[in-house]
Amino acid sequence: MSAKPEFSIDRSGGETRMRLGGSWTLDAGADMERSSERLVGAAAGGQAAVIDIGGVERMDTGGAWLIDRARTTLETAGVSSSIVNARPDQAILLQEAGWRAFDAPKKSSGLSLVDMLVDLGESVANAGGDFVAGVAFLGASVVGLGRAFAHPLRFRFTSLVYHLESFGLRSVPIILLINFLVGCIVAQQGIFQLRYFGAEAFAVDLIGILILRELGVLLTSIMIAGRSGSAITAEIGSMKMREEIDALTVMGLSPMDVLVIPRLIALIIAMPLLTFLADMAAIFGGMLVSWIYAGLGPEAFLTRLQNAIAMNTFLVGLIKAPFMALVIALVGAMEGMRVEGSAESLGRQVTASVVKAIFMVIVVDGLFAMFFATIEY
Amino acid sequence: MLAAADRQHTEAVIRVRDLVVGFGDRLVMRGLDLDVWRGEVLGFVGGSGQGKSVLTRTILGLVPKRSGVIELFGRNLDACSDLERQAIERRYGVMFQGGALFSGLTVKQNVQMPMREHLELSPRLMDELALLKIELVGLPRDAADKFPSELSGGMIKRAALARALALDPDLVFLDEPTSGLDPIGAAEFDQLIQTLQRTLGLTVFMVTHDLDSLYAICDRIAALADGKVIAAGTLDDMLKADHPWLRAYFHGKRARAIVAGESAAQVGG
Repeated sequence: MSAKPEFSIDRSGGETRMRLGGSWTLDAGADMERSSERLVGAAAGGQAAVIDIGGVERMDTGGAWLIDRARTTLETAGVSSSIVNARPDQAILLQEAGWRAFDAPKKSSGLSLVDMLVDLGESVANAGGDFVAGVAFLGASVVGLGRAFAHPLRFRFTSLVYHLESFGLRSVPIILLINFLVGCIVAQQGIFQLRYFGAEAFAVDLIGILILRELGVLLTSIMIAGRSGSAITAEIGSMKMREEIDALTVMGLSPMDVLVIPRLIALIIAMPLLTFLADMAAIFGGMLVSWIYAGLGPEAFLTRLQNAIAMNTFLVGLIKAPFMALVIALVGAMEGMRVEGSAESLGRQVTASVVKAIFMVIVVDGLFAMFFATIEY
Repeated sequence: MLAAADRQHTEAVIRVRDLVVGFGDRLVMRGLDLDVWRGEVLGFVGGSGQGKSVLTRTILGLVPKRSGVIELFGRNLDACSDLERQAIERRYGVMFQGGALFSGLTVKQNVQMPMREHLELSPRLMDELALLKIELVGLPRDAADKFPSELSGGMIKRAALARALALDPDLVFLDEPTSGLDPIGAAEFDQLIQTLQRTLGLTVFMVTHDLDSLYAICDRIAALADGKVIAAGTLDDMLKADHPWLRAYFHGKRARAIVAGESAAQVGG
């Protein structure tokens, strides 16, 4: 775009006179850096150096910095040097953008054992803090629920209905679809594996028990954690980010009552309903596959199913659903409340919310499995 | 500062002719003309919603125009090839109202971003230049390694200015540089813009609502109303103008207090 940085060198006695010309601007970045290093090299070893910038057509902060850096480097090497013939504007630039020492940036010490231990300790402390915060939040939400029941007139029914629609109704298609597919897959594998023992018909028992006790509620919970848990975090988090939560607080409203409790109750209502639909979709899928692969007609399938399962099989799955909802809503709301002022903090918390919610759902499912085994239900 | 008469002979850095911009069936700019001369600080004023930001964004190519001509540095942007356009883009810096700093990068990395993309510099020089720019805008050294979320409003503005100056531009667009700053911070920022403008020989296009900035550092003022520049000239021209909006703006209660203060200072000085 423009002329390159140029220079010529005269040596007379101990003095080196360098005449600079062309344009010393950032466009010529690499050229300019090399030129300035050559300036230093040419004058090093002499007694005095004069840098004449009278011929420089254009100079910007980069140029001024490098020229002055060359001068300072020479000075420290014991060559008395000066810059002459600067135009007024160049003089200002040299003064404002002249060389100055910046401390070398701190280098991180790399991966040492101490750092790893520090990281480990921090994550343990964080996990502990998470647990305490979770319990505190659970307590606060129980108080909130209590308030909602004590003053039902002040409860936000509109909000509840809205969230029921978005968490419940709008999740129906995807929940039906994935559970239908999983029902098909379980049935198909069940039939294929049990065929080796000539026990094809027992695939129906497998489908009925596995789906009703575990898979239906687990898949629904995981799906809802991804779909609605993240939505709760994102909604509350973006409100936190824009100080809307603070606005609620100063109006004397509790964010817990206004934002968390309606979502919590909506999810607790929606989850068992969705789980029921999920169970039905999965069993329908299983029935279809049994018909196709094992030639077991719907009537035979249903008769077998009735023998295989009892009311408690169905209830075990359904009882878990509200607890899953509680966990998902609490984790979602808690992570939402942790969002700070920036958008990437929102993104981080939404990710954390989904990961923690799914983890907690599986942990809770495990606890329930142990519990039901103990009481032999 | 250059006298108004001299400036007529210098080159127009921004030249807008007959600009029409609209959204849907609403026209925001209706045949707008504007000149910004080399080396001046132009303050651009206008009521809220009149399209000051739209004009800035149209000049920057972020909003499409319906018709009209925009020339930057004497080049018609429509007639430029992509390569020429890129060369022009490197000659201006933009400071957005909210800073628009990249939140995942530290202040230093933010300032280095344009250098890294457009220039061939050694990492050492890039570090030095970034720190120099950070110091030029009056940020403390330790701000360089902070993330935008750790900065106060005033520091974000300064960091955004440092990034706008990263490539040593000839022209700087400032969108409400002093909004949201306290009066002391705003006055410091005005001073900073003026110092940098003189040191680096910048041309400054400044959208502002801040009457103090207009009085303190603007060589010329252009006022936008009804999709046109209704007046452009020095502060005195603005004070003499009789467009009702200009009268309300420059003779309102807040303006009178400042004018009175200025003239008292002049008498005193």
